[in-house]
Amino acid sequence: MKLAYWPGCVSRGFTPELHGSMAFTAEKLGIELVELDRANCCGAGVIAEHNQELADTLNARTFALAQQTGLAMMNICSTCQGAQSECQQRLDADSAYRAHVNEALAGQGLEYVKGKDGFTNKNFLWLLVEDYGLDRLAEKVVRPLSGLWVGPFYGCYVVRPKERLGYDEFPERDLYLEKTIEALGGEVVEYDGARKCCGFPVITMNRETSLRQAGTHVGDALDAGADCLVTPCPLCHLNLDMQQPEAAKVVNRELDLAVLHLPQLVGLALGAEPKQLGMSKHIASTGWVEERLAGAAATA
Amino acid sequence: MATYTLKVRRYQPESGEGPFWEEFQVDLDPSLSVLDGILQAKDREDGSLAVRCSCRAAICGSCGMKVNGSSTLACKTMIGEAHAQANRRKGNDVPPPMGADELPPPGSANGAGDGSPDNPIVVEPMGNMPVIKDLITDMESTHWEKIRRVTPWLLPHGEPPEREYVVEPESMIDVTQSMACIQCGACVSACLSMEADPDFIGPAALAKAYRFVGDPRDAESVERLHDLAHDPHGIYDCTHCFSCIDACPKGVAPMDQIMRLRRKAGEAGIDEDPNNGHNHMNAFTKIIEKKGTLDESLLLQESYAPGLKGKLKPTKGAIKGLLGSIPTAIRGIKTGKMRSLPKLIPGVHHKLPGGAQDEVKAIYEHAEQHREEFNIYIRGEEDVEPEPDETATEEKV
Repeated sequence: MKLAYWPGCVSRGFTPELHGSMAFTAEKLGIELVELDRANCCGAGVIAEHNQELADTLNARTFALAQQTGLAMMNICSTCQGAQSECQQRLDADSAYRAHVNEALAGQGLEYVKGKDGFTNKNFLWLLVEDYGLDRLAEKVVRPLSGLWVGPFYGCYVVRPKERLGYDEFPERDLYLEKTIEALGGEVVEYDGARKCCGFPVITMNRETSLRQAGTHVGDALDAGADCLVTPCPLCHLNLDMQQPEAAKVVNRELDLAVLHLPQLVGLALGAEPKQLGMSKHIASTGWVEERLAGAAATA
Repeated sequence: MATYTLKVRRYQPESGEGPFWEEFQVDLDPSLSVLDGILQAKDREDGSLAVRCSCRAAICGSCGMKVNGSSTLACKTMIGEAHAQANRRKGNDVPPPMGADELPPPGSANGAGDGSPDNPIVVEPMGNMPVIKDLITDMESTHWEKIRRVTPWLLPHGEPPEREYVVEPESMIDVTQSMACIQCGACVSACLSMEADPDFIGPAALAKAYRFVGDPRDAESVERLHDLAHDPHGIYDCTHCFSCIDACPKGVAPMDQIMRLRRKAGEAGIDEDPNNGHNHMNAFTKIIEKKGTLDESLLLQESYAPGLKGKLKPTKGAIKGLLGSIPTAIRGIKTGKMRSLPKLIPGVHHKLPGGAQDEVKAIYEHAEQHREEFNIYIRGEEDVEPEPDETATEEKV
C-alpha cells in the first residue's frame, strides 16, 4: 500500500512523537508513505474564520499536490480531516466555484480535479479500518494489548457533522477506535467524553472553558477504569496530555492518565518498545501503560 | 409492527423524589417516530409522562429531547433507526424489517450479536437546561433569556418608511439559513461549550444575532459585533465542536453563523477583544502566509501580544496568558518535546521548501482579493456526474 502522506503541522511541531511513531508503524504495517513536503497547513478551521475562500484554496493546493502523485491521500489528524473535508465538500459542490479556486493554482501548474483517479483523503484511523482492514492488522499483532483498558477519544473533527464526513457510506466511523482497540487485543472503556470536545480551539480565548472540558473528560475516563486514552488527533493530544496538569487545576482533581496517539497504540501491539514510539516525550507519564503490558506479557 | 423498549429519564417534582429511569414497551411500525412511541406509552401506560409536542412534523420545535444521547426532535427520529442506533455495538445493528410481526431474536440480526437482550432506546430531556418535569425543560432560563441578550429585533436608523423597507431580494438570501431556526433548543442541548461554561451565549442566540448582522436593513451591525466579540462568553467562547450543526433539524448550522460573526467582526476592524479571538485568528493566518505550516510558539506569542504594539504595551490578559503558558512550556522542555530551536524560539520556524512558499503567497493574493463565501445551503450541490475514471477500481495495495 502506497499513500500520499500529509503529516500536518503539529505532528512536526509540538507532538514530534506522533510523526516518529507514524513512520515506525507504517513500516511495520507495510505501508509506504510519500510525504507531501511542499504542502501547506489545512487552516484548522481558523483561517476560514478570516476568509473561507482562502482556506478552500489552500486545501485545494494540498489535494492537487496529492493528485499529482496519483495516490490516495492520508492525514494523521482529526482536525486536518475535518477542515479538509469541509473545504472539499464546497469545492466538489460547484464547478464554477472550483474553477474560480483553481485560478489561484493555475500559475503553479496545479489543479484540483474532482474525482480524479477516485481521489480520497482519509485519516489513518479510517484508512486502517476501511482500506487496510482490521483482520489484516490483527494478524500482525505480536504483543496483544491484553488487560489494557483503553478509552477512545475521537476528536470532534472526525465525528461531526456526519453529513459531510462520509457517514452515509461508512456509518460506523464513530466506532472505529473501539474496533481497532479490540482488534489489537485491548479492552474498550466506555465513558462520557469519547466523542466530546477536548477544548483545544479555545485554549487562548477562554482558557477555563477549554481546560474544563479536557479535565472533565480525562476524569470521566479515569473513573470508568481507563489505563490510557487513545486519540487520532494531535491537537486533542495537546489539550489532553500537554495541558493535563493545568486541566487538573481547573477541575480540581488529580488526573495523571496517559494519552496515546493512535500510531503509538498500534505500534505497541506490533511489538515496538515505548521509547521507539516517543512515549517518553509525553507530559502525562505512560509508565502505567508499560507496566500493564509488561504484566500481561509476564502472565501470558 | 414491532415492539420497542423506551428507557425514559423521569422526574416528578410533586413526589419529592429525585429523577429515575422507567422503561416502557411500545408497539409501533419502525417508520413511526420516537414521539409516537412516547405518546403511546403516555396513552396506554402512564398519563403522567410529561412531554412537550405539537405539530409532529418537525416545524413547531416543541419536542426537543435527547435520544440515545443525541439532541434532536423526537418527531423527526424514526423509532426503528433509534433502536438500531442503540444497538450498534451489540451487532444487533439491522433494524427490523417494515411490518415485521415480531423483533428478530436478540443477536440474530447479523449473526454477530452476543445473544443478550437488545439495548433499549434511551430518551432524556434536553441537556444544559434545568428539568421541570420528565421530558420538559426550562427553556426560559437557558434559551429565551439568551435570545433576548442579542437584541433580536431590527435596529434601523432614520425615519421609518411610509410602507415597507425595500431591499434587493439577493441581499436577504444570506440570512435565510439563520431564519430557518424553529427555536427548538436542540443546539443549546448539544452545545459542549455551554456544558463547560453555562454562561456562554450559545449557538441559538448567536445564530439569531447573525440573522440581524447580515440583514441589510439593520444599522447597528458593528455595535452588535463589538458587543458579542468583547463578551467573554460571546462569539469567541465557541469551542468549534460542530455539535450544534449535527443537532439542528433545520440546517441552520449555528456554528457556521458564529464563524461568520467572527469574520464580520474582523472585517469591521474589531480587533482588540479581551478574549484574544481576533489576534489568534489573525496570527494564525499571517503565519501560514509567511511559513506555510504552523509555528506554534509564534502563534502563542502573537495571539496574546501581536506585533510591536502588542509587545510594547501588552494587555493585562496578554501578560496573564503568556505567564500562564510558561509552566506548560517548561514541562515540554523537560520531557524533550520541545528541545529543538525552531520550537522554542518564536519566528525561527522554517518556510516551505523549494519555492512552495511563493505558491502559498500567490494563493493569499488571489483569495484576499475575492473573499468569496460559498454556502452550500444557499447554492446547493451540483447534479453533475464527476469525470469517469478508469482507475477507480484498481487495488491500491
